[in-house]
Amino acid sequence: MSYTSSPLVAPPRDWWQPAGRDEKLWLGIAGAWAVSMFVMMVIIWPAIGGQQNQIHDYRVDPSDFQAYTASFIEEHQTGELEGTPVVSPPPDTDIFLQASQFAWTPVLELQQGETYRILISSIDVQHGFSLQPDNVNFQVLPDFITGLEITPHEAGEYTIVCNEFCGLGHHLMVGQIIVVE
Amino acid sequence: MTAEAANRANDSILAGLMRRCNVTNLAVDHNAERLIMFNAVISVVFLALGGIMALLIALTRWEAVHLLNADWYYRVTGAHGAAMLIFWILFFEVAGLIFGVSVILNRRLLWPKAWWTAFGIMFVSALTLLGIMLSGEATVMFTAYPPLQATSWFYLFMILFAVGALIAVIMFFIELVNARYRGEVGPLPLFTFAMLAAAVLALWTLVSGAAAFIPTYLWSIGVLGHVDAGVYRLLFWGFGHGAQQINLVAMVGVWYVLAALTVGARPVNEGVSRLAFLLIILFIHMGAIHHILVDPGFSELSRAVNTSYFIYGATLGSMIHALSIPAAVEMAQRRKGFASGIFTWLKKAPWKEPGFSSLVLSFWLFGVMGGISGVIMGTVQVNMIQHNTLIVPAHFHMTVVAGTTLAFMGLSYYLIPLIFRRDHVFPGMAKVQPYVFAAGMTIWGLGTGFAGHAGMSRRHWDSTFGDMPLATDIFQNAQIDISLVGLGLGALIAGVGGAMYVINAVATVFTGKRTDTPHLPGIDPDALRPADPAEREAALHGHDHKRGFEFPGTLILVFAFLVLFMILYATSWFELSSVNWTIE
Ligand code: HEM
Ligand SMILES: [Cu+2]
Ligand SMILES: [Cu+2]
Repeated sequence: MSYTSSPLVAPPRDWWQPAGRDEKLWLGIAGAWAVSMFVMMVIIWPAIGGQQNQIHDYRVDPSDFQAYTASFIEEHQTGELEGTPVVSPPPDTDIFLQASQFAWTPVLELQQGETYRILISSIDVQHGFSLQPDNVNFQVLPDFITGLEITPHEAGEYTIVCNEFCGLGHHLMVGQIIVVE
Repeated sequence: MTAEAANRANDSILAGLMRRCNVTNLAVDHNAERLIMFNAVISVVFLALGGIMALLIALTRWEAVHLLNADWYYRVTGAHGAAMLIFWILFFEVAGLIFGVSVILNRRLLWPKAWWTAFGIMFVSALTLLGIMLSGEATVMFTAYPPLQATSWFYLFMILFAVGALIAVIMFFIELVNARYRGEVGPLPLFTFAMLAAAVLALWTLVSGAAAFIPTYLWSIGVLGHVDAGVYRLLFWGFGHGAQQINLVAMVGVWYVLAALTVGARPVNEGVSRLAFLLIILFIHMGAIHHILVDPGFSELSRAVNTSYFIYGATLGSMIHALSIPAAVEMAQRRKGFASGIFTWLKKAPWKEPGFSSLVLSFWLFGVMGGISGVIMGTVQVNMIQHNTLIVPAHFHMTVVAGTTLAFMGLSYYLIPLIFRRDHVFPGMAKVQPYVFAAGMTIWGLGTGFAGHAGMSRRHWDSTFGDMPLATDIFQNAQIDISLVGLGLGALIAGVGGAMYVINAVATVFTGKRTDTPHLPGIDPDALRPADPAEREAALHGHDHKRGFEFPGTLILVFAFLVLFMILYATSWFELSSVNWTIE
């Protein structure tokens, strides 16, 4: 047993005493738990998981990104939904999603089971890409591309919410991804 | 303290520069005392303002009430964050710095004027900032991510506020060196050591904040053409997260003090407790990354290593405190004779003393709700299904509100009567206040957390998502409705608990009965007893080594905690794996 003093008074000069057995027990187990969590995050999940957080990132000039998105829309547009163009890009292509105050452009129509590379960026302030109801979230910045490889597994309508405050119309900023069979 | 230093304190008392506290027998510097008064009162004022704003935004997010319009909701959300996280907490912490470096060391402040300058700058900047944020000129939230721009005054006063805080931190170091030099202190009392750790963290934090805000200010006045959105986020969170670590360390310091005051607890092992603070200092600079886990710009591995504070080194520090606080309480209670059984010490604890109930509730909610949720959210991959949802405010209200704020409230039940030399006006209310506040925050945290779990965004005015182009009905379901009722009702209950605290504090400060021996919740005589050589000798060299555990009750509690931690951790991976999209 060691002798200690109240946290409000100065301890004697030789305050260092070895830890007791009970403490060592907890230190060992807590330490092992810390290492296990690290191994899970850095080794196990990367090996087995289907949802990785490997952002393919690039620098981009916002006006360039706007131009890429415009030509992407021009090439693949198939319709319009509440004023937003709808595009149906073939699988295995790069798809562009542009965030701006206060819209996600375009509406994407994707095929179930196919893999796409989605490149997201902002042409003005920061926004938050939040795919619902699956609740998958990424940060969207101007000057950077947040790139992801995504594969939808179930047909349906998905909503993209903006979940980074981007101005007084922030809550109006909603987009859509439609997954077809 | 050397004999010479003790004489100096006595001389100062005779000269009327210090007074001898009749309750604690500490020699209290009049300057320090007045500084603590002003910092504490102003911090409570900001807590009250922030609390009113909390109710306004909570009643807006509770869709059934939906009180404020969008413009005001965003303004008030930003101002609430600033008033609470920055102003309430920082003024209280400056009071803590002064207390740690003067009152408990029985010494006079070296340069009270510098401390007053710090206070003045912080006070003026804080008031101005709140005005600017509520005026609608800086509706950018307290994070102020560029390129969304506020008026340049906003950045300027942010910088000024930080300068004020920096002066206080630097003064703390100067005072400490001076105390050493004058023989007023040898090894630091654990509380002062905790404040030293907080001050070290504050240096790093404020440097990072300056690096974020100064270029942004220059950009806002047109001197710089561009601020990099990604780099700003890294620097901002070096400041924003560092500040939370200051709160953590200050809170743990306060936990030790509350345990000492209420049951006479002493740390189980001085070295281990100090080592835990050291672990936090060493690894905390990596904390910025866990706010930007889904940002472009960093490799997955670098994010993983950083967010884990290098293999959960800082988490380990926290887990050490998680053992040593209850163990200290258990051993103190056992010394007092509550030694039978495993949990008698806990049953016989002073549950009616607000200092003790705040300690336990703060410790429990911080660890179980705030700590576990934080580690889970800070996992690179799991963060994808939590980032910027309401789970984030749910997590940090459990740490900084149910944890830090409640601990500070508990300490002030002692500090206010002792420093103002007045009796509590509503001691009965003080007894129940921690329970009401903690109950409210728990309900609020669960409601907000479950809403976030269902995907509901933070900082968002329209929880229905039903009235805009491409609207959706995803969020119109029973789970969301019930969660938001929890958010709203929890906020009302916590609001009542907060009001009880503020009313008693303000009434005591201004109208409490003047007395030199205020009625306190009760201070354990062991809390201020200097080290006892005889007892020490017996403890170190005695041969009463028992076979059993020193603190069996605590061990059971912490292992139960660990099991819960493991279950929730595993659940979070399971939830990630059930996302219907492959993401690579
Ligand atoms: C009665 C107690 C409190 C209640 C009911 C409460 C409620 C809330 C609510 C409803 C939000 C907005 C969530 C959103 O819509 O995104 C919020 C945000 C926040 N709160 Fe509190 N709060 C309380 C106390 C505190 C305290 C004591 C602190 C700090 C010490 C604090 C710090 C914050 C911060 C930093 C934000 C984030 C603001 C932002 O997103 O910019 N709160 N709180
Ligand atoms: Cu947006
Ligand atoms: Cu937004």
